[in-house]
Amino acid sequence: MEAVVKKHHKKMKSGDVAFSIINYLVFIIITLICVYPFYYMIINTISNNELSANGVINFLPKGIHLGNYIQVLSLNGLPMAALISVARTVIGTVCAVLASAFLGFLFTQEELWHRKFWYRFFVITMYFNAGIIPMFITMRTLHLTNTFWVYILPAIVQPFSIIMVKTYVESMPKSLQEAAEIDGAGILTIFWKIILPTAKPILATVAIWAAVAQWNSFQDTLIYITDQKLYSLQYLLYTYINQASSLAAMVRNTGTVSAAMLASQQTPTSIRMTVSVIVVLPILFVYPIFQRFFVSGIMIGSVKG
Amino acid sequence: MKKQAVSKTKRNAAQSRRLFYCLIPFIILCFLFSYFPLHGWIYSFYDYKPPLSLSQCDFVGLKWFKTLFANKTQVAQMIQVMKNTFAMSLLGIATSILPAAFAIFLNEIKCKWFKNLVQTLTTLPNFISWVLVYSVAFSLFTDSGMVNTVLQNMGIITTPIKFLDSDAHTYLWMTLWSMWKGLGWGAIMYLAAIAGIDQELYEAAKVDGANRFQLIKNITVPALAPTFFVLLMMSVANFLNNGMDQYYVFQNAFNKEHIQVLDLYVYNIGMTGSSLSLATAISMLKSIVSVTLLAIVNFVSKKTRGASII
Repeated sequence: MEAVVKKHHKKMKSGDVAFSIINYLVFIIITLICVYPFYYMIINTISNNELSANGVINFLPKGIHLGNYIQVLSLNGLPMAALISVARTVIGTVCAVLASAFLGFLFTQEELWHRKFWYRFFVITMYFNAGIIPMFITMRTLHLTNTFWVYILPAIVQPFSIIMVKTYVESMPKSLQEAAEIDGAGILTIFWKIILPTAKPILATVAIWAAVAQWNSFQDTLIYITDQKLYSLQYLLYTYINQASSLAAMVRNTGTVSAAMLASQQTPTSIRMTVSVIVVLPILFVYPIFQRFFVSGIMIGSVKG
Repeated sequence: MKKQAVSKTKRNAAQSRRLFYCLIPFIILCFLFSYFPLHGWIYSFYDYKPPLSLSQCDFVGLKWFKTLFANKTQVAQMIQVMKNTFAMSLLGIATSILPAAFAIFLNEIKCKWFKNLVQTLTTLPNFISWVLVYSVAFSLFTDSGMVNTVLQNMGIITTPIKFLDSDAHTYLWMTLWSMWKGLGWGAIMYLAAIAGIDQELYEAAKVDGANRFQLIKNITVPALAPTFFVLLMMSVANFLNNGMDQYYVFQNAFNKEHIQVLDLYVYNIGMTGSSLSLATAISMLKSIVSVTLLAIVNFVSKKTRGASII
């Protein structure tokens, strides 16, 4: 009897080990598939460009140099696009966070005139949109096409963030606000001195989501912007991918590259990948650090669902 | 006593107004960018030619809606677009089981740092834009890209395969790219649901002699079912909304026929093609169908599980 149990136990163990090994292997492969493309782009941008153009650099960088980055930064329009992307990310995020915090807080105030109606007025906008053509016509009517504000203004009111903040503020002890009211604090003072500091964790989540959305946004440039000075990095990257060969020629013709420096001469591939790496680096750095805020964002969302 | 009560209501009314004044700027913003654009739908009843103002254009009534169903080439095009939309959405729904499986199997890994590492690295692609995904695809799959060179070096192929500039397996490729971007992230919600399962259930089942697969089948999977159901409902509600970013960046002259989903089609004929009005008519129909779908799905959800999804 005992022997049977033992044998059974042993058999299960070996099955378990096999399962574990396969399981680990599968996850290692999936993870590599997710990470390798980034690695591939980075090693190609710092390798000898001739080798890179011939597709030799697949696993290790060869002939390391930083010429691509220096050259690409001097590309027409790139510093401007970077500035636009950074500006829209910073300004857009600050606006969205302050507005979400303030609105989320306002909707917890029971005295607010027709509170329920106005809350629904905001939240229901999550479930419909007019479509890109009516949006385009609207932006033109408001004279927002080809202005920087088309990146910021439509993104200030974020219904989902408002819900998150409201839920959070409701879970805070009411006595905090009441004490401040007795001291004679007005609504703005309470918001600034009490709500903003205490709601920090949820605001971090709102901020990180807003920032990533702003940084990654591409469609708004495509639809509302024709002025090259207002291109975002994402859009510029898209145009680069589509015309990388002519750009490589352009960089070569600026004359700063001598024949002896052939190894670091720009190729379509090197330009495209270098710009890609520049666009993706902020995300690569920011994401692992703030991962928990991303995750808590989706958790709150799922509680609602 | 009465006087006090009056002054309190007065104070409340003043406070109520003050709070409302704070809200007004945001009401204006919300109205301008969410409600006001709906007026654009009237353009679908006109023959709108952009530099002119609407009053200078002809009112054509339901002409564009009729074109959609009467004009032969237009009908053929619409059918192809709908086919693409349905194919992409159905493939999306079919593969929506994978994030759940990902979470279940990842949960079987006991090594904590490995689990965290896998989770962090596989969610990363979700946070890059579709333009960057396209750039990644371009780097790996062009003639001199990694895939072609490796295949050539191994002697499997002699000439590079055109992965991107072709219409072969477009649906499949698009689904694979959205999986690459979304698989790890999609699993996070399921991982949270698993973390919420009472550990005593597992202990009790183990005492009863249940093995690993029985534990998964009888405890983990039923615990994930509600989350799966909600997400499934949401994807049904969003059946027509594939979004356009992914398809826009991947589209080219070769794959145009199979990559044009409804959202992209609206953009193509509206912003680059000839007719803003026709595009508006289509997107208006789409919006109405989508909202109806959402309402139906919400109703079904209320009936079957007693909770709405919106």
